[in-house]
Amino acid sequence: MARLTINGKAVNVDVDPNTPLLWVIREQVGLTGTKYGCGVAQCGACTVHMNGEALRSCAMPVSAAEGKKITTIEGLANKGLLTKVQKAWIEHDVPQCGYCQSGMIMAVSALLKEKPKPTDADIDAAITNICRCGTFQQVREAIHAAAKA
Amino acid sequence: MKIATPKITRRQFIINSAAVGGGLALGLRLPYGGPTVVRAADGSPEIGAWVVIRPDETVVVRIARSEMGQGSLTGLAQMVAEELECDWKRVTTEYPTPATNVARKRVWGDYGTGGSRGIRTSENYVRKGGAAARMMLVQAAADQWKVPVSECSAANGVVTHGPSKKKLSYGKLAEAAAKLDVPKDIPLKDPKDWKIIGKPLKRLDTADKVTGKQMYSADMKLPGMLSAAIKGAPVFGAKVVSFDQSKISAMKGVKKVMVVRNTAVAVVADTWWQAKTALDALPIVWEEGPNNKVSSESIAKMLDEGLSAEQAFVHNQNGDSKAALASAAKKIEAVYTYPYQNHACMEPMNATALYTADRCQVWTGTQNGEAALAATAEASGLPVDKCDVHKMLLGGGFGRKGMSDYVTQAVVIAKEMPGTPVKLLWSREEDMAQGRYHPVMHAKLTAGLDNAGNISGMHIRLSGQSILAAVRPEALDKGKDPFAFQGFWPTGEHSLEYTIPNLLIDHAMRNTHVPPGFWRGVNINQNAIFLECFIDELAQAAGQDPLAFRRKMMDKHPKSLAVLNAVAEKGGWGKPLAAGRHLGLAHFRSFGSYVAACAEISVKDGNKVKIHKIVAATDTGYAVNPAQIERQISGSFVYGLSAVFDQECTVKDGKIEQTNFHDYNSMRIAQMPKVESIVMPSGGFWGGVGEPTICVAAPAVLNAFARATGKRIRSFPLKNHGITLV
Ligand code: FES
Ligand code: FES
Repeated sequence: MARLTINGKAVNVDVDPNTPLLWVIREQVGLTGTKYGCGVAQCGACTVHMNGEALRSCAMPVSAAEGKKITTIEGLANKGLLTKVQKAWIEHDVPQCGYCQSGMIMAVSALLKEKPKPTDADIDAAITNICRCGTFQQVREAIHAAAKA
Repeated sequence: MKIATPKITRRQFIINSAAVGGGLALGLRLPYGGPTVVRAADGSPEIGAWVVIRPDETVVVRIARSEMGQGSLTGLAQMVAEELECDWKRVTTEYPTPATNVARKRVWGDYGTGGSRGIRTSENYVRKGGAAARMMLVQAAADQWKVPVSECSAANGVVTHGPSKKKLSYGKLAEAAAKLDVPKDIPLKDPKDWKIIGKPLKRLDTADKVTGKQMYSADMKLPGMLSAAIKGAPVFGAKVVSFDQSKISAMKGVKKVMVVRNTAVAVVADTWWQAKTALDALPIVWEEGPNNKVSSESIAKMLDEGLSAEQAFVHNQNGDSKAALASAAKKIEAVYTYPYQNHACMEPMNATALYTADRCQVWTGTQNGEAALAATAEASGLPVDKCDVHKMLLGGGFGRKGMSDYVTQAVVIAKEMPGTPVKLLWSREEDMAQGRYHPVMHAKLTAGLDNAGNISGMHIRLSGQSILAAVRPEALDKGKDPFAFQGFWPTGEHSLEYTIPNLLIDHAMRNTHVPPGFWRGVNINQNAIFLECFIDELAQAAGQDPLAFRRKMMDKHPKSLAVLNAVAEKGGWGKPLAAGRHLGLAHFRSFGSYVAACAEISVKDGNKVKIHKIVAATDTGYAVNPAQIERQISGSFVYGLSAVFDQECTVKDGKIEQTNFHDYNSMRIAQMPKVESIVMPSGGFWGGVGEPTICVAAPAVLNAFARATGKRIRSFPLKNHGITLV
């Protein structure tokens, strides 16, 4: 049994403690906005926040998440009110297939918390998510727009 | 696009199953609304097959092609809305299921979404679909007012009677319009009158992608659903001999272990993580056969032999290349090679299937709904009218999801567990091992130059694998694969855009046991590198400027010349550059469109490439949504540059060696050049968008690299030469 706090709610899940947090979020908790892309911390599709920091949930056993505050893409907006990152994503029409974008948005949101006005170099260093559709140009524009908003 | 997460009981789910997947048209003929009215699942009337109008004025546009990120869904809706004269803000979309299409005699046409065809090969009938609905709505208003239809006009979802200024909205007219016959003679607007086509409108399908709400088929949930993980034979063509189930049967959640079509083993469990963990622990014995001796080296040897083989399929020929080369003042020869590559869609292959004795349903992201339906029928053993496929948004496709192998597997597994929905999801490792790979190709290019530095003759010999021979042998032309020659055709949508005398382009087909597939751009990726890099080599040998050298051969190719000139001008060709900067050019024609790129790079330490800027131009004839075209252009550089710098699938002991993104890398934002797009539609034709640009990425950068370093690289990816993109 693992006790988790996900998007402000306490959840208890009966699962092998070695199960990656990603799969607990998707399969036991049922929140599928967090995606599987590689399972080996390469692509960032599974990015969530743990105590406010971006984390690749596919490579972390659920046992390590106990007692920590987990936020997923579903928990980003507050009562349906989108964050400025989400709004910038819509405004700049960033997603193509969209599959990587939950992770991308979570990574960017964590970056903006730490560096509210990131430079291009800050973005290059912090955002290492893979996007096979190739939305990077729009991602960069939207990050700067969100920083200004 | 709404794809519902079915939040219903299992019983309802089976009864209503045709409707699950979101407001899909059932073709129901309900007692109200007259005998000829066809209704959507929510009861709203269909005004012709392409348009449903709800009482609240929402316009539902039917979309047959698949959306996988390329934006066709929005473009197709724009085309219907243009002719429909509706309010764009009220437009939404839905996918009619492939089985509904079959049942209705393919009223929505072709579902295949590949070859950059989404817009260009359906534009006529979807625009007519919108126009027909408008004509029916206007007719309904005229009938109600008892005035001549010629006195009525439609705009913004409202029909107005000119003389009396009476108005009726589409929502109010829909019931009456739905009872009318669909007109036969449907005139379309003159392109100069377009108001929605050609506008850089936002995509219709963004909102749910930023909140996690968007459902992909990997996210499918159904009551009582189990999950499956699968391992296909690592050596292509190998067979399962046995597996030791006792090693995993005690593992938590494991429900079933089974052989799938003799070529794969699947584990079904309560959750996917349990299934995958058990599968990883399952000892499997394979009968590998002779293919386990094949390696990248043995394949390369076979392809090299083809470079000088007597027999080859000829696809473009004029004059006497042999004689011209023999008598040339100067002869230049170069051999290029191109590797296997995997699509690596962000969302791995997956499908959910539910089989019962008399029905089989599948939920999946597919580029070819009808092929997926056929696969469902074949694997379930049920007739097509007892099967259906609920298409969901794809987390990338790039050609890979035009194949239905994963659908077949899901149905085979579900058939073993009647009444239980099973979601099959591939791991990334499975995706890398079981690709339908970009084929390998080698090329020997030989050209003669005369004393004035003009090309006097040329021979391009391709040697390598044919996709069609493997996946659609019936499409071969007396054994020849015309698609191997994309960009080299004498005429047509993949035509060679130079006038070259004494030309011969031929292909020694050398197939291997590695399954090839259509990979975004398909054969233009290597063909553009071969030709456009070689042209730069020739310009250098002739001591001429690469742009001027190209222009000499392009008099008869004004559209290609126009895109080339556009990138050269905006890219600063011939103008002074910042210190250490170098430019490279490339252009190519494919899928009916004309594209060009000018890359500006610098190189540090001889091997660290920084791409500062790429100017890219495309002439697609008509440009339905320039904003989405720009996104396809900048995205194409990510796909194309990832491929040329980093991506190669190597073969050892008959298997693919790469297993995940750590050894099959994809570029990141730090490496992304600034892309300046020039969308320059010249009108009069419909060219593709999703693929053409990808092929100019590599040669533009390679040509710039050669100018920067004096080094001409002829085998790929560049990482094998220690060259990295920074
Ligand atoms: S799925 Fe976690 S980083 Fe790729
Ligand atoms: S939007 Fe498709 S992978 Fe990023």
